[in-house]
Amino acid sequence: MDTLAMHISNGIINGPVAAVFAAFALAVLALCVVRGRQDLDERLAPMAGLVAAFIFAVQMLNFPIFTGAVSGHLLGGALATMLVGPWVGTLCVAVVLIVQALVFGDGGVAMLGLNITNMAVIGTAVAYPLVALLLRLLPRTVSGLAATAVVASVVSVLAAAMGFVVQYWLGGTTDLGSGLVGLAGTMAGVHLLIGVGEGLITATTVVTVAKVRPDLVYALRGRRIVTPDTPQVPAAGGAR
Amino acid sequence: MSGGGGRVAKRSNLFVLGGLLVALLLAGVVSNFASAHPDGLDSSLREGCVFDADDTIVGGSCPAQQAREHELADSPLADYGVRGVDNEYLSTGLSGVVGVLLTFTVGGGLFWLLRRRSDGGVARSAASGDEADPTPGGADVSATADGRR
Repeated sequence: MDTLAMHISNGIINGPVAAVFAAFALAVLALCVVRGRQDLDERLAPMAGLVAAFIFAVQMLNFPIFTGAVSGHLLGGALATMLVGPWVGTLCVAVVLIVQALVFGDGGVAMLGLNITNMAVIGTAVAYPLVALLLRLLPRTVSGLAATAVVASVVSVLAAAMGFVVQYWLGGTTDLGSGLVGLAGTMAGVHLLIGVGEGLITATTVVTVAKVRPDLVYALRGRRIVTPDTPQVPAAGGAR
Repeated sequence: MSGGGGRVAKRSNLFVLGGLLVALLLAGVVSNFASAHPDGLDSSLREGCVFDADDTIVGGSCPAQQAREHELADSPLADYGVRGVDNEYLSTGLSGVVGVLLTFTVGGGLFWLLRRRSDGGVARSAASGDEADPTPGGADVSATADGRR
């Protein structure tokens, strides 16, 4: 087996379940096109292309996990949702997965619906409400933004991993019996660590963009981040 | 207002260009330092099997045994390498550069075609004729056409 396979390979999940998820993924992507169009203006469109290209690049960068001979890489759902919003973000990750499957032989073509469901749909759908909530609760500072990125990344990667476990429960080609619980545990443990790595990458990237061009961060629309350079004018009473 | 919009679009394109360079550097150079260990999913599916030095299953039982060949395993860019390029670093780096440019073109092109063209963008689009130019660079053209105040 090749060492660079990063997504679900052919043969892991049976055909009927893969087909059901392909139909599901297609329907969600169609919805994302309809809703995403409202966000896509001539400023967001090139930015979304960049986000897809950036996720492709960072997905090549497997980082080692300290538990041993295991690596992980960014999935990109949290990053995409923070930079370009949930609808366009889902499309960004899906474009990456489609290019990887059709050109780079990464992730079976027959498994594309499963991979899109886990990483593009679940990864983004879980991250977005968390990002919206945390940005409301946490202080409007760079650290607040970074913490939001880390938490959203960890939870979204764990959710994506559990998406796979559900798919395996529905249509895994090896009957694991009660071993499915073991698979869920292993997946959760490893992806908790991968999620932390993803969180660091996402936080670094989003904070960098927020410092250079805060107007290009979708999650910060209508908000202002207080940085040390921002002149702070304390309001009467001093509360934020 | 439309002039300001054009200027903003132009600055955005500069940002996108810079970001693209970073992505090219990551995929073209840094990718060679990536960990070659199986990733979280792969390693979870290999649990229970015994592998030899060539990464072939020699015993035990695990979900990864069921893995079948990829439909496009013969693709010239399969497994993030360029067929015919023997230098491993060059092969990985080149495939990364092609992947970033391809993803940007496919994704950016798709998003550009899908973009909303209302709210004042109509006049600008019509004036600079960027309907006929469905590339992200089109915004640049429209920005210079009326971007100065």
